[in-house]
Amino acid sequence: MRRDERFTPDPYLPEFLQKMHSAAAAAAARPLTRRAFMKLTGVAGGGLVIAFAMGPAAREALAQGRSNGVFIANPYVQVRPDGTIVLFAKNPEVGQGVKTALPMIVAEELDASWDDVQVQQAEINLALYGQQFAGGSTSVPLNWDTLRRAGAVARAMLVAAAARKWGVPESELVTEASTVRHEASGRRATYGDLAEAAAELPLPDPESVPLKDRSQYRLLGKRITGVDNRKIVTGQPLFGIDQIVPGMLYATYTKAPAIGARAVAANLDHVKSLRGVKDAFILEQQGDPIAFKPDAAALSSGVAILADSTWNAFQAKRALQVTWDESEASKDSWTAAVAEAKALAEKGEATLLGETGDVDTALRRAAHTVEALYTYQYVSHADLEPQNCTAWFKGDSVEIWAPTQTPQAAVDAVAALTGLPKEKVTLHQLRGGGGFGRRLANDSVCEAVAISRRAGGVPVKVQWMREDDMAFDYYRPGGFHSLKAAVDASGKLTGWQNHFITFTHDGQTPVSAGNLSPQEFPANVVPNSRIRQSLIPSRIPTGPWRAPGSNAIAFVVQSFLHECAVAAGRDHVEFLLDIMGEPRPVVPDNPRVLHTGRAANVIRLAAEKAGWGRKLPEGRGLGLAFHFSHLGHFAEVAEVSVDASKRVTVHKVWVAGDIGPIVNLSGAENQVQGSVIDGFSTAMGLEITFENGRVQQSNFDKYPILRIDKAPEVEVHFVESEYPPTGVGEPALPPAAPAIANAIYAATGHRIRTLPFTKEGFRI
Amino acid sequence: MLRLNVNGRSYELGDDVDPKTPLLWVLRDSLGLVGTKYGCGVGQCSACMVHLNGFPVQSCQVPVESVTEQRITTIEGLADPDGELTAVQQAWIEEDVPQCGYCQAGQIMSATALLARNPNPTDAEIDAAMAANLCRCGTYNRIRKAIHNAAARLAKAEGRS
Repeated sequence: MRRDERFTPDPYLPEFLQKMHSAAAAAAARPLTRRAFMKLTGVAGGGLVIAFAMGPAAREALAQGRSNGVFIANPYVQVRPDGTIVLFAKNPEVGQGVKTALPMIVAEELDASWDDVQVQQAEINLALYGQQFAGGSTSVPLNWDTLRRAGAVARAMLVAAAARKWGVPESELVTEASTVRHEASGRRATYGDLAEAAAELPLPDPESVPLKDRSQYRLLGKRITGVDNRKIVTGQPLFGIDQIVPGMLYATYTKAPAIGARAVAANLDHVKSLRGVKDAFILEQQGDPIAFKPDAAALSSGVAILADSTWNAFQAKRALQVTWDESEASKDSWTAAVAEAKALAEKGEATLLGETGDVDTALRRAAHTVEALYTYQYVSHADLEPQNCTAWFKGDSVEIWAPTQTPQAAVDAVAALTGLPKEKVTLHQLRGGGGFGRRLANDSVCEAVAISRRAGGVPVKVQWMREDDMAFDYYRPGGFHSLKAAVDASGKLTGWQNHFITFTHDGQTPVSAGNLSPQEFPANVVPNSRIRQSLIPSRIPTGPWRAPGSNAIAFVVQSFLHECAVAAGRDHVEFLLDIMGEPRPVVPDNPRVLHTGRAANVIRLAAEKAGWGRKLPEGRGLGLAFHFSHLGHFAEVAEVSVDASKRVTVHKVWVAGDIGPIVNLSGAENQVQGSVIDGFSTAMGLEITFENGRVQQSNFDKYPILRIDKAPEVEVHFVESEYPPTGVGEPALPPAAPAIANAIYAATGHRIRTLPFTKEGFRI
Repeated sequence: MLRLNVNGRSYELGDDVDPKTPLLWVLRDSLGLVGTKYGCGVGQCSACMVHLNGFPVQSCQVPVESVTEQRITTIEGLADPDGELTAVQQAWIEEDVPQCGYCQAGQIMSATALLARNPNPTDAEIDAAMAANLCRCGTYNRIRKAIHNAAARLAKAEGRS
């Protein structure tokens, strides 16, 4: 588990996030010297030894020369004289559990008792925390090393303080449960007792502080309940939507039904005469709101209504009538796109993305060739908390309260939108009621700032209605894969050909999250492969949706590989293991890529736990799928029954995952269970369609997210290998849909090649 | 002037409040009780679930004028004023149910109402009673577990087991 200095950006994340990941990885790999610490905080050597200041309150305390005996070890750790240990969670929390997991890493090396820990959301500050964002399941892998050292440095200083106080060597001291002990003399002191003395000591070199061996962990790997759970179960304010600023107005922002249309005129006088309405106005489009660019100034054209309550704003919005100029609006039709994709697949002309070996010969010599066209739908993120943001434009500065996944990008976007310097943009990070990639975009932030500015500097909370949230999203793009595979006489997969048909905004490159890596499994393990691509022009906004790329590609690849196994007459588990071959990373010496041995381990484990091969009654079947994404290896087996009316019941899903050592077992298990249910929900019955540029779904009645009575039991097993720990918000999702689709095949003989399953006549 | 009884406290609403306003928005914007959440506004998701005279109702579907002088309980009103949590709230924390947590107030209100009328529900009874509440994060396995946990706590407290 040494620091890994190489970083391979995820090919399915937008360039914007890849850049953030690379910057964060580079910062994490840079030696964290004492000199760098001092430089960062502007504290000269000697004298005051507190290396980092934290937040305005702490800085104020420091300015007064003392911090009331609080030991401020670094941006992540403060120890108060009363024994409270305040740990700062740097990244946005949107349900993925990082507000609990990241401080646990610090607490482990600090040897803090979790009962003494109070977690606070850290301020958004690039200088103190580096990149702060929630995307790509990277919070744990990118911060693991820094957070361990943050805890270890604080611990070392508390130990040094005790050694000095007792006149004993540091080597004779042990720490446990927020206490330093000297075994020989029986002396002990709590961290709170030592806080004031520790604050006076020089900062040790973070690079040379001792770190624990995994066998010494007391906290990591245990089940720890979420740090905000008490507030959640008692209904305390936490989320973006809960923000109240004295004197604020409640705003709605109405965009065109046809994506990209511009507001020309509206019945503003009538709207302004309605109950509680304070103002209403049209805002012009700025930048390119169709493009997924979280750090760019962009605003859709629309009509803002400001009122004294959310309800009055909603009611006025219902009475709003707008004349839209649709000359540059989207005319997209999903029905037409499906027809065009089929024609393109039949025609077969495409751009080459990648090629290995000789796939034509492999296909010619094959004992079995398998061919199919797979289709998947556009889907919406549908965060349960509709998009919202509170902003207060104050002329020479802006203050923002937002549940965003990319707070630093939001600051960049607002600076660009207003022309203010970044230092004049303050963003308060709030908890997000779901993210799934939707809150990577900062469109609601730009709207709130633009409305507050235009309204003359009143604080404004922009609240999207559910209908706004569903009609304007950066959707998971639909796509099409025309596949052909060769299986030789021994039943081995020898050739793989994929003609991928996707969408484009610029006519040159695929839309955000609509690309296919030419190295995508199994092209990276099969001797002969050819990957080609065709583009369909589109104006529908797209962006990353939980496990971008992978969430759709896994369904295609893992379903089609099952078709190949069936054609070869081979057991699916055995066929997949055979494709994996010798245990190895597919890029030599790189621990951040698919490792066929780790893959084989989880495939075997999932199969074993599910009782693979057992006899099942008529109409019932087991299905398997594996996928590697976001540094996680996951295999899943679903047990499904289907009745004569094609009603599907998923009884249980067994999951085996290798994400290295587990940080918070409770959080990790919860993420995996949720990912499987999300994967099933989305594959089963969710679909965004559009005609004449208008999205046709507007609320949950037409976008039926899975409910508890249809949710399978999900049994989770972690391999806990010695590889570096990785994130788990995403990688368990991709295998769910193909495992269930393969189980439906096992139960019925019906091969599902189109998502959602309802398109093929199945229902729940 | 409208009068509301929420969590045992009496509130008088200003004349600026439209009597047709759904209870949800009066709770959130007028009374500052933001624990009750907006998810869909059309009675599909139940993030806005509250108790009306002990029965679960979707507060986005109830005009405030129709519930004056009735007993309204929100998520903020479940725990004792001294801070002691109910069995359901304790079970939710022990089982670490929430992911994003946005739907959980509504889930807890539904679960509390279920246990009040059926102290020991089966999984099927839980599913039937909780099917109105969407959880986008998919915490359904843990919701079932936490309801069983709460049922056991209540049984123990009442000396039934």
